[in-house]
Formats: sequence, C-alpha cells, structure tokens
Amino acid sequence: MAIATKGQTGLTGNTAVAYAMKQINPDVFPAYPITPSTAIVEDFAGFVADGAVTSELITVESEHSAMSACIGASAAGARVMTATSAQGLALMWEMLYIASGMRLPIVIANVNRALSAPINIHCDHSDSMGARDSGWIQLYSETVQEAYDNMFMAMRIAEDTNVLLPAMVCFDGFITSHAIENITLVEDADAREFIGQYKPGHSLLNVDNPATYGAMTLQDTYITFKHQQSQAIARAKGVAASVGAEFGKKFGRAYGLFEGYRLEDAEEVIVILNSAAGTTKVAVDELRKQGKKAGVLRPRLFRPFPFEEIAKALSGAKAIACLDRVDSMSGFGGPLFNEVRSALYELDKRPKVMSRIYGLGGRDYKVKDALEVYAELEKTAASGKVETLQKYITL
Amino acid sequence: MATLKELAKKEERLTGGHRLCAGCGIPPIVRLILRSTDCPVVATSATGCLEVGTTIYPYTSWNIPWIHSAFENAAATISGIETAYRSLKKQGKIPDRDVKFIAFGGDGGTYDIGLQALSGALERGHNFLYVCYDNGAYMNTGIQRSSATPLFSNTTTSPAGTVIEGKQQWRKDLTRIVVAHNVPYAAQASPHNWSDLSKKAEKALNTNGPTFLNVMSPCPLGWYTKSEDSIKWAKLSVDTCYWPLYEVENGVLRVTYKPKEKKPLAEWLKPQGRFKHLFKPENKNLLDAFQERVDAEWARLLELDGKRV
Repeated sequence: MAIATKGQTGLTGNTAVAYAMKQINPDVFPAYPITPSTAIVEDFAGFVADGAVTSELITVESEHSAMSACIGASAAGARVMTATSAQGLALMWEMLYIASGMRLPIVIANVNRALSAPINIHCDHSDSMGARDSGWIQLYSETVQEAYDNMFMAMRIAEDTNVLLPAMVCFDGFITSHAIENITLVEDADAREFIGQYKPGHSLLNVDNPATYGAMTLQDTYITFKHQQSQAIARAKGVAASVGAEFGKKFGRAYGLFEGYRLEDAEEVIVILNSAAGTTKVAVDELRKQGKKAGVLRPRLFRPFPFEEIAKALSGAKAIACLDRVDSMSGFGGPLFNEVRSALYELDKRPKVMSRIYGLGGRDYKVKDALEVYAELEKTAASGKVETLQKYITL
Repeated sequence: MATLKELAKKEERLTGGHRLCAGCGIPPIVRLILRSTDCPVVATSATGCLEVGTTIYPYTSWNIPWIHSAFENAAATISGIETAYRSLKKQGKIPDRDVKFIAFGGDGGTYDIGLQALSGALERGHNFLYVCYDNGAYMNTGIQRSSATPLFSNTTTSPAGTVIEGKQQWRKDLTRIVVAHNVPYAAQASPHNWSDLSKKAEKALNTNGPTFLNVMSPCPLGWYTKSEDSIKWAKLSVDTCYWPLYEVENGVLRVTYKPKEKKPLAEWLKPQGRFKHLFKPENKNLLDAFQERVDAEWARLLELDGKRV
C-alpha cells in the first residue's frame, strides 16, 4: 500500500488500525482472533511475517492469555498492543483491572460488538461499556480516520508519565471496522516522532535491580494504590486534551474531549457515541434547514469522563436525549445517560434529559430514527416536560 | 552439578522471613531451583501460597525480578515476559545476556485453572521453565480438592463423610499431559532428594524451549502432619512409588530413582490425617484398591523406562 502524502487511501477500519499499529511498531503483540476485529491481528501477523515490523507476535490460546501476556511483556518494559471484541474483551475482564492497577500503558483496539447471549457478532457497545470501570482510558471513534488517529493518541496518553494507564480505542464493529473510507495516513517518520520512544521507568528485565511486581496488599495499603490510580486517570483528561490539540497542530486534524456538531446554539441535543453520530448529524442538517436548533454532542473520551466540559457544553440546551448502544440493565437507562445526567446535576438550570437505547446487536439506526428523537426533544423543549424518560428505539 | 556445600554457598534468591508455614515444601523447592543456575532469573508466580507468603507489601522475599498478576495465567505471563526479552534483545534495547525465565504455580493453579495457559505456552515453545509445586489441594484457601488431590483424600470439598469416603477420583497425570506436548524436557521430583531435583532443574534451565518440573510439596496443614516430618513424608511418597521420580528428555523416559525396597503405600498414608478414614477396618477394600492402582501405575512406568514415549 502506497502512502499518498497529499491524497487519500481507501481503507477499512480494521486495516487502518492495523496500519497504525505497524507504524507504532510495538515490541510485543499478543494476538487472538475474534470477529469483527480478526483482520487487525491477521494484518499484523502479515507485517511480522514480512519483516515490516520488529515486533514479536504471540499467538496466544485465549484473550485471557492475550491480556496476561500483554501484562507480562509490559512489565518487562515492552511497548505492547493487541486487538479484540466482545467475548474477547469479556474474557480479558479480570486482567483489564490488573493491567490498570499495575499502571501498565498497554493499548488495545476494541472493535465494538454485542455481548452474548443471545450470541451476535454485530455492533453495540456492551463490550467496552462492560469494561468502563476497569481503570482503562477509553477513546471512541466515529470514523475510520478517527480510529486510525486515535491509536497514536492513545499510545501517547497511556505512556504519559503523569498517567501510565492502559488505553482502549473503540470503534464500531462492521460499520467502521469493515467499511472502506478514504483516509489520510500519517507518514511513518511523523508517526514515530509523535509517539516517541517508550522509556519504561521500571522493567522486570532490569535484572541488576530486581523489583517485585504485583505484591499482596492488605487493609493498610490497598486503598492507597487505588487512590493513586484514581488520581492518575483524572489527570488523563488534561493529557488527552493536550495530545488531541498537538495531533491537530502536527497533522491538521485536532481532536477535543468530545465533538460538538452545531451544538453552540442548539436547544435539542442528542448525545451519542461512535459511528451513529454520523447518521445523527445528517438528521441535524435536515432540521437546521427547517430552522430548528438541533445539535449533537459526541463524547470521544469516555474514561475518564469529562463531566465538567460536557456539562458546560450542554448548559444551553433545553432537551437532551442520550442514545446508548447498550443497556446497563439497571432499569435506569444506559451508561451515557447516567454519566451525562449526573454531570448536568451541578448546573443551576438543568436541561431535561431522556434515555434512548438503540441499535443493539447491529440493529440499524437510521436518519428517521434520529428525526423521531429530535421530534420528541422538541416537544419536551416546548413543554418543559419529559413524556417518556427511558425507552428502546429502533425496535 | 554442584555439591550441596557449593549450592549452599550460592546467593539466596528467595530470602527467609517469608510467611510460608513451618514445614512447607515450597521454600526448599524454590530456593534449590533458583540456585541451579548462575544466570539472572526472572520469575512469576500464580496466585497461591508462594505468592501470598512471600510478598506482603511492603515486604518481599524475592531477590530476583518477580511478578504476580493472577491465578490461571502464570504460563501466559511468563510468555509475555520471555517474548519481551527476545524482542528487546533483538532490537538492541536491552543488553545481550542470558536470562532464565521461571513460572511457579501450585497444583490448583497448574492442573486446574492454569492448564489452558500452560498448554498454550508449551505449544508455542517459549524458552522457560514451569515449576508446579504439587501439595495435592488448594491449600492457600483452606484445603479444597484439586485434580491433583490423591484418591480418597479428605479435603474440605471432598470430605470423608458417612456415605462418601473422600475424593473419589484418581489424580490427573499432569506430567504425562505435559509430555504429550512434545516438550524437550519434563520431570517429576521431590525436595527430599535434593541432588535429583537440583540436577533436573539445571537440565531444564539449560534446555532451549519449554521445560517442566512437577515437584511433590508436603503441606503439614493440608496433610495433617507434623511440620518437622515434611521431608520424611516427601521421601515416603517416592519410596512407596506414589510419586515416582522420572524425567522425559527429548521424548525418552527414564526413571531416575527406583527404591531398593518398594514400601507399602499405607506407610505413607497412615501418618497423614487426610487419609485417617482409610484405616477403619471397614475401609480395607479402599486401601487395597489404592495400593493396586499405585502398583499398576508404577509397573506402567517401569515398562516405559528407557523407551521413547
């Protein structure tokens, strides 16, 4: 594949992300296939086989072992990456907490797919949302371009010495992972310069200065470690903001903690993650033509959650619908609804907020679905009353 | 092969002051294995007695780089470390020196929950030694049966009750399972025979590729035995042929110790509280059945002695 410095290259989400990983050239890449992220590990295995990277591939026997090997390799001072989806991320669950608790800057691509049961290979966010409290930084991506760009930014944020936490880049299974989009690639040398050399502060391979990793902590120390980890992920917010701005300066595509689309004067707002934001923007454009004040807020950084910034951006809205492609099964909407609604609590004048669950297991979400939500929002904006606090749409 | 005196003079890589029980088989096993090489060693442990007993923060008994991450993944963790070593060395990011990699796990962490990760790491051919200290149950959590627990053993999840006489299954033969992965070296050992164990560890650590040691590890707590007798019971497990000492090197099996006089199994079982119920007169048939099975397994092994397996 030739890199066109001025032109663009047509790539699927998976191919683009694998290409970013090739440019990052991690030291170790544990790999285990799972739909719809399989093409990433296949592409990477090809790069290894062809000597296009100096990485060592470990073809592990499960995702649990993939994350365990990531942890071993990262603790040994290696830069480590892998990719997974759905059941794979679920099988890693135990190890996700250990990776973050041990402050290891591992980066994974999580291609969003529904969790079983019933088994389904298509897009929703139940996998990464199931890991939202695991201490990983989470970046969400609307497009192939953004998924590709996020890989570099995730590496930088994770390895920042004020952070030192693992990060996952999330993008939609099939919709983004398998769709071809024309994207602008970064030059290898520029990519290398942007991410820099990884200089681990500690390493198991420093045999002359042996250290114990993963010691047993009791009532007297466990909470102290967790407090430090909590402070570290809070710091990741500022780091993500500056890394996104620096990326923009260097490559012309700046990224914030969230994207606002026609948000400034918007009165009716849909808050939504990943590819479905694109569909929603089309609906907004139609409504704007009709003189309606519709807008979109698309969080990019979900962990840590930029609650102050999002509350401020939504403070002028009258009615908000949080669209979750996952149900928390709490009887009280999805995670986006809960985070956004909670963030708005501090405002003196709070907008009305409703929860809508959509698109589970790859169910289509169309412009007409977004328009229906905006129609409801308009009613609420006018009446000041929420008719239906929470419901499933796209059923 | 170093003499005992020479071994004793070597640097202590797992220091005293740890919190493992008096009479526990694990520390002598680990200390001896770590002394069997002069190369730097990086180790990992599965969750279990060894991990809990040696690393209560802010203390550590490990004078070598060591990591614990979870229970079922010691083999996967060491895979990551060993691969990082190869990658970083190849790229010139770390000094080019020989480093050995060892994963330690108990029988619960190896025979049961860690079997998949172990199998994967053996098949992939990482350059490491896996050591299983087999004390025959989940001792760290309070003596629950594992697939390594001896037949009829009384554990808290296979209690000797009024209608069921302890564990009903023969133990899993993990060493054979490992050998079936065609690894270059696998062996069974016991801490009472320090020279046999030390030789095997040295051989394993000097072999290129995945190697495995399954070591009998007495547990006074779970066996209901006296702390000062542990090494005696380790020896008797071998002299009764319950725990044969053998190795499989490049596919050829060799029994490394044949007792001059094979002791009756009851001599090993009787002092252990976990087998107390077997010595009721009405359970003589169980004891006989146990002896028969041990005899059959020993005979099978002798048949294979010196042969390609």
